[in-house]
Amino acid sequence: MIQVRILLVMMIIGAAIAIGSTDLICAIVALGVVGLGISLIFLLLQAPDLAILQLVVEIMSLVIMIRAFGMKDTVNIRERRFIATSISVILMGFFLVFSMAAIFEIPRFGSPLMKTSLFYLRNGFRQTGVPNMVSAIILDYRSLDMLGQVVIAFSAAIGLVLIGRKKIHASTANRAEREQK
Amino acid sequence: MVEYFLCMVLFCLGLYAILIKRNLIKIIIGLAIMEYAMNLFFILLGYKKGATVPIFSSLTEPHPEVMVDPVAQAMVVANVVIGLAVTFILVIIAILIYEKYGTFDIRDVNKLKG
Amino acid sequence: MTVIVKTVTRYTDVLILMFGMYFIFNGHLTHGGGFVGGIIVALSFIHVMLAFGKEVALKRVTERIIKLCVGLGAISFLLIGIIGFTKGAFLYNFFRKPGVDYIGEPFSLFSSGIMPLMNVAICLAVASGFYAIFIALVVYKIGKRR
Repeated sequence: MIQVRILLVMMIIGAAIAIGSTDLICAIVALGVVGLGISLIFLLLQAPDLAILQLVVEIMSLVIMIRAFGMKDTVNIRERRFIATSISVILMGFFLVFSMAAIFEIPRFGSPLMKTSLFYLRNGFRQTGVPNMVSAIILDYRSLDMLGQVVIAFSAAIGLVLIGRKKIHASTANRAEREQK
Repeated sequence: MVEYFLCMVLFCLGLYAILIKRNLIKIIIGLAIMEYAMNLFFILLGYKKGATVPIFSSLTEPHPEVMVDPVAQAMVVANVVIGLAVTFILVIIAILIYEKYGTFDIRDVNKLKG
Repeated sequence: MTVIVKTVTRYTDVLILMFGMYFIFNGHLTHGGGFVGGIIVALSFIHVMLAFGKEVALKRVTERIIKLCVGLGAISFLLIGIIGFTKGAFLYNFFRKPGVDYIGEPFSLFSSGIMPLMNVAICLAVASGFYAIFIALVVYKIGKRR
């Protein structure tokens, strides 16, 4: 599809700007361009559930990164590293060649091999009564995955609050020390 | 086939940022780009030409033969939220490293005690 | 923040909250689900905190309520699964009668078994979790320059 290809080229240019720029806020905004381009491609490939989710997650990630890194004025030191850069570019060339040789074995773009999906699509609406097939799969047929997702979100929240609390204990320990003297 | 190739090029750009760059923030940006490329590859695998959204709008329409793959979309829904949680953790650890050492350069953060 | 931002925030934060709840309660009929609704509800609370400051934002939704909701969301998801043990398996859809197609009547709001309950539990866990991370960044002053 021609629209998907044009959007992919725009995203590659945005990713190159995000990696190579020296200003930090410019890099974070270019990462936002990559995320919103992915959301448009999800909409063109008939997956609007994912387009909404990717849009909202991208906005939240941008808010956190700008709040964390936007106020620093670090100096970016650049020096030439010719040998390491050329070796890594050669290795990436190998990776691209072998991955394209492997991709020619899977079915063409536009005609997938759907063996389990046909079972879910034919019997899913009758057995569960839910019109939305994606929700039926993640909440009824494979709901153990959703238990794992809730555990991940929950432990990320608790772990981050625990890491940030270290400073509070240090300051109360100093104040107790000073009151004893 | 051109779409698969461009997706692999995006993955290689993220890998380059993790290997070569020395600033901690550029490493986090590279990891985020790699995750986006992998989610895109899943959805590219499950696309059917001329097909529509896997949602029924009445008891018999649309026919199950003209729908895209719903199992791939279910996997990517789980993956996006995992990527968000990992990015949060990396960002907050990077801020704490900056407060202790005063710099984002990864060659200077090598004191084990103190 | 300036006066324009504060005046507009008074009108838009309720709209964002209702939009998030629409996504949660219609997760089984159309696009959406628990995750999208939960993150949108968290974004509405962050919107209020960014515009008005942390004292006004923490006066209504206190820290005790957030701690309660984080635990309540995860525990209620597990309880729904354990109740399924009485009918056969862990996380079994216990509203289903064997031999009858279409749990409830299709395309209505109260159909399809335990799915709306799971959507609400996921929303509680995700929304309060991400809001708690943001409050921890602000209250503990992580990354502020001295």
